[in-house]
Amino acid sequence: MATTLNKKTKSALSVAAIALFLVLVYLGDIVIPAGSSWKMLITVIEKGSIYALVAASMNLLNGFTGLFSLGQAGFMLIGAYTYAIFTIPAASHDTVYQYFEGGVIKWSIVEALEGSLGVFGHYLGMLIPMLGAGLIVSVIAFLIGIPVLRLKSDYLAIATLGFAEILRAFFQWNTLGPVTNGSNVLRKYTTYGNAVFPVLIAGICIAIILLLINSTYGRAFRAIRDDEIAAEAMGINLFKHKEISFVISSFFAGISGALLAMFQTTINATPFNTVMTYEILLIVVIGGIGSITGSVIGAFLFTAASEWWLRGLDAGRWLGISASFMRPGFRKVVFAVLIMLIVLFYSRGIMGDKEFSWDSFIGWWKGLPSNLRTWPERRKAKAAAKREAKAAAAAAKARAKEAKDASDAKKASGEALFTPLPVSDTVMVFDKEGK
Amino acid sequence: MLAIRNLNVHYGGIHALRGIDIDVPDGKIISLIGANGAGKSTTLKAVMGLVPKSGGHVYWDDKDISSLKTKDIVGEGIILCPEGRRIFPDLTVDENIAAGAYLRKDKAEIARDRDWVYELFPRIAERTWQLGATLSGGEQQMLAVARALMSKPKLLMLDEPSLGLAPLVIKDIFACIQKIKEDGVNILLIEQNAKAALDISDYAYVMETGVITMAGPGKALLVDERVQQAYLGE
Repeated sequence: MATTLNKKTKSALSVAAIALFLVLVYLGDIVIPAGSSWKMLITVIEKGSIYALVAASMNLLNGFTGLFSLGQAGFMLIGAYTYAIFTIPAASHDTVYQYFEGGVIKWSIVEALEGSLGVFGHYLGMLIPMLGAGLIVSVIAFLIGIPVLRLKSDYLAIATLGFAEILRAFFQWNTLGPVTNGSNVLRKYTTYGNAVFPVLIAGICIAIILLLINSTYGRAFRAIRDDEIAAEAMGINLFKHKEISFVISSFFAGISGALLAMFQTTINATPFNTVMTYEILLIVVIGGIGSITGSVIGAFLFTAASEWWLRGLDAGRWLGISASFMRPGFRKVVFAVLIMLIVLFYSRGIMGDKEFSWDSFIGWWKGLPSNLRTWPERRKAKAAAKREAKAAAAAAKARAKEAKDASDAKKASGEALFTPLPVSDTVMVFDKEGK
Repeated sequence: MLAIRNLNVHYGGIHALRGIDIDVPDGKIISLIGANGAGKSTTLKAVMGLVPKSGGHVYWDDKDISSLKTKDIVGEGIILCPEGRRIFPDLTVDENIAAGAYLRKDKAEIARDRDWVYELFPRIAERTWQLGATLSGGEQQMLAVARALMSKPKLLMLDEPSLGLAPLVIKDIFACIQKIKEDGVNILLIEQNAKAALDISDYAYVMETGVITMAGPGKALLVDERVQQAYLGE
């Protein structure tokens, strides 16, 4: 069933598939009228791609480098704030920073570049603070990494979680109000117009993460994950590679934070808490620890389920069923049960540690009709194999009983169970048959 | 006395043991030497019921123990000290020792055996409160043997006790093995370090790809040309 395509065809297929998806998202956002229930599909694609990016960045750390870090929400927070602060239009500062006399930063990068470069300047003005968000997060992650990455497993998780909470409190600190607006929301900053924007940015970032994983660095990361001591013996600098992985992962968490700020149109530090980190961790686990494909699939499934498919459970009516216990919060109960089922029956996640490839996809697609056709036969064969194994086990039991009876009989008749092997004072040599 | 007769083991399609006969008489150290992959560890695991036998018998004194479960085999007085030590790294030395007596109920005798193993291995007796992971390789091996002895075995089977240890430490361990025999425990030893094993063995078997190819007193094998060429590097 090994269908092999050459590398060029595969790349062409990937580009075509991604381009088709982007065009569909672009058109979908324009064509679907606001208020239609299908608009939810677009929302899910937007938020799903942002979560896919942050889940992929967390997977780089947890799945590929073996660092159990829980700081992702904190890094998203910095990213979101950095982006928002530098793109609030000058005219809106007085209303946004109403408790802090219009804040200290009175300009917007977007406006500055728009003035001289037009539409191109508008998008450049969005990209620069986004990259800036990633870079600032990287610097902070680098500094946090120096003490924290000396810790292992659970201790690392607790320390990173702690740092994320400190960051959140720091951004809500009133003294920093003129910059961060304290505990008040930031709003009116520039956001994207079409849903294709976050999908495109997230797609590019995930592609970079994939390239990194398949590079020499990626191999070093995976070596560290599997056996630190062996990796060190091979000459891999453990701390340096952990720092690199931590900083790069945080960079992309920062970018996804900036995208999330745009998606939400207003931000505030409060929701960037541990619950958010656990949501991301959940996506990584459901998708498969060590599979970027899994993280992407997991992100879209998670977002679709929580934002769309299970909404009705809170509203009192779902799939035509209505019941009094379906009130706000019930969705989360059902969600928790679903997650338990997934963890019980798919303990390695949807994808395990495998990635999507055209070869296996085409193989699966081609094999699908015959797989469906032969399903009853295979089920019968499976049942037969089970019966056979049962019969074999019964036979083995019978043999054991026979042997026991034989030895009991010998014992009863006073006969020896076995005769000791001949012992000689010199070396005895047997042929290869052991005789 | 342990008697292995015509023991066969299959791993999937691989015929790993092809009719092994071994005797371990009382009061003796018997060793089984051979290269990597010859089936030495498999032999011990099959005796313990850790891998299924596809044929043959294991007799223990006047009993056929071929079809017993591992815990019942331990109850019969046979214990395996596995390859690579496998001590519990996050338990203290004392807790490791206590874990060895897991199947026993006789408190007074457990305490006596505890004193006995600490007497055998004074180096770990000084470290009862230390975590297993903090011991050196040699100390960990001693702890592994001590832990195995805590099940009060009549037969101790040792899988590569010299693995990854310095020559001086190996000497210590092998001296202890002889002492254990003098205390009335039969020993079946498997080793790649053929010289050290043959030196202390009363009788030894040489194994090659699943069959016994030679047998004889340890001292006789030690001077045998074929053994020297294949396993002693001379």
